[in-house]
Amino acid sequence: MSILVVAEHDNETLASATYNAVAAASQLSGDIEILVAGSGTSGVAEAAAKIPGVAKVLNADSAEYANDIAENTAPLLVQLAPNYSHVLAPATTFGKNVMPRASALLDVQQISEITAIESDDTFVRPIYAGNAMATVQSTDSVKMITVRMTAFEAVAEDGGSASVEAIAGTGDAGLASFVSQEVSKSDRPELTTARIVISGGRGMKSGENFPLIESVADKLNAAVGASRAAVDAGYVSNDFQVGQTGKVVAPDLYIAVGISGAIQHLAGMKDSKVIVAINNDEEAPIFQVADYGLVADLFDAIPALDAELG
Amino acid sequence: MKVLVPVKRVIDANIKVRVKADNSGVETANVKMAMNPFCEIAVEEAVRMKEAGTVEEVIAVTAGPSQCQESLRTALAMGADRAIMIETDEVLEPLGVAKLLKAVVDNEGPGMVIMGKQAIDGDNNQTGQMLSALLGWSQGAFTSKIEVAGDSVNIVREVDAGLQSLTLKMPAVVTVDLRLNEPRYASLPNIMKAKKKPMDTTTPADLGVDITPRVNVISVGEPPAREAGVIVPDVATLVDKLRNEAKVIS
Repeated sequence: MSILVVAEHDNETLASATYNAVAAASQLSGDIEILVAGSGTSGVAEAAAKIPGVAKVLNADSAEYANDIAENTAPLLVQLAPNYSHVLAPATTFGKNVMPRASALLDVQQISEITAIESDDTFVRPIYAGNAMATVQSTDSVKMITVRMTAFEAVAEDGGSASVEAIAGTGDAGLASFVSQEVSKSDRPELTTARIVISGGRGMKSGENFPLIESVADKLNAAVGASRAAVDAGYVSNDFQVGQTGKVVAPDLYIAVGISGAIQHLAGMKDSKVIVAINNDEEAPIFQVADYGLVADLFDAIPALDAELG
Repeated sequence: MKVLVPVKRVIDANIKVRVKADNSGVETANVKMAMNPFCEIAVEEAVRMKEAGTVEEVIAVTAGPSQCQESLRTALAMGADRAIMIETDEVLEPLGVAKLLKAVVDNEGPGMVIMGKQAIDGDNNQTGQMLSALLGWSQGAFTSKIEVAGDSVNIVREVDAGLQSLTLKMPAVVTVDLRLNEPRYASLPNIMKAKKKPMDTTTPADLGVDITPRVNVISVGEPPAREAGVIVPDVATLVDKLRNEAKVIS
């Protein structure tokens, strides 16, 4: 049987998390098909068809899917799922919203946020904010799965030529209507895919001090993140949040500035390849996961780092 | 309108969990337990809605072994009016819990269910969405703002790209995120009063729900450990190490 990957996109561009979900699917046995559900999605479907190893793209281009309303998309998944052995979606707010709704309607116990695949029915997933790893076996006939994107290296974007098949919409469920979306605009790389991330915590003292780390970020072509403490204090908006309840990142280099290292934050970044911690409290737990620690006042250290990078 | 608030008893968020030596799970014996933090936010929101006059009655519900009554008592001390204990020693999975909650909703007829977006033990982030699906209701997942407006509710959702505003048709299941509110601490007089508030006990069998697990837990292990790092004396050394040792910057 085939595997269905539910694509995440904004109706114009295929989200990077989709490539990670396809990478997970490629470790299972079966052909990979991709579902693009949205409105005005021919470009997204074409991008999905170019992914090497994809057998077919299903393009459900219909108004009710324009804003990822779970009540509208779940019935489509319910209709398609019985034809597949597995349905995978990225464990982003998109996948976390729609997949459990579809799973319940299918009477399937979803497996959330897998980080490794042991076999076609056995998966590894973090529990307790990553403080333990559970190996679990699904007994359901269709495996409904969300994929932690940082655990699966994205597949190539080009080289394939899958066919695109248009499929009909399932209609508007009439339960929820879209009002608006506030999207943060930035010229910097996206937090979840950046090679380098520099994050500020409560030690930044104010949102007005974030330009200090933004300047360093620009020199390193890095994304800017924040701890929950910094977000809760109103220094930056919630889409900057790295942690168990925010975004999970695993860049080549993660620089934590003025972040103490609460368990919830560590859960979102401890799989980074190299971790740097800059904090004036040498007892801060962040130093326990840091490869390089600098005990210093960030208001001295960050301008110095900025200058050192030229 | 009645509001139903499901709550879960979990290992206290401040406790470092330990994996059992036989890899069958994490150690829960003699470990401090507490209400799941997201559930506290849900209770707080429901109680505030009652204080604002939007809601007449707040009903807390939980499922699990009898000790889970503690979390119901906490909810009652925070301001919930009464509680329902679904007692079972079976392993509970999100789908099973959603089915139990659906049965309670069918009996109680609330206009809204407010619950945490996930529990910090299993980290599944499923139960609210599943309950909403089984009921055929609208769903507002990961909300940071809830405003009831007649027969609909305006919500703001925390999504990866920023904030999404939706209008949901009532009845609705809404799951809450961290920034929705700051939960109160129950005062001692309220903790005393909570002991006298009504608590009904039922079971999955009474509710006619099959909670047989669908997932076998093969093992639970430690996450990969990071090797100890070094403390560098100054910024120049840090940059040198990143360039020439770790080779992560140019």
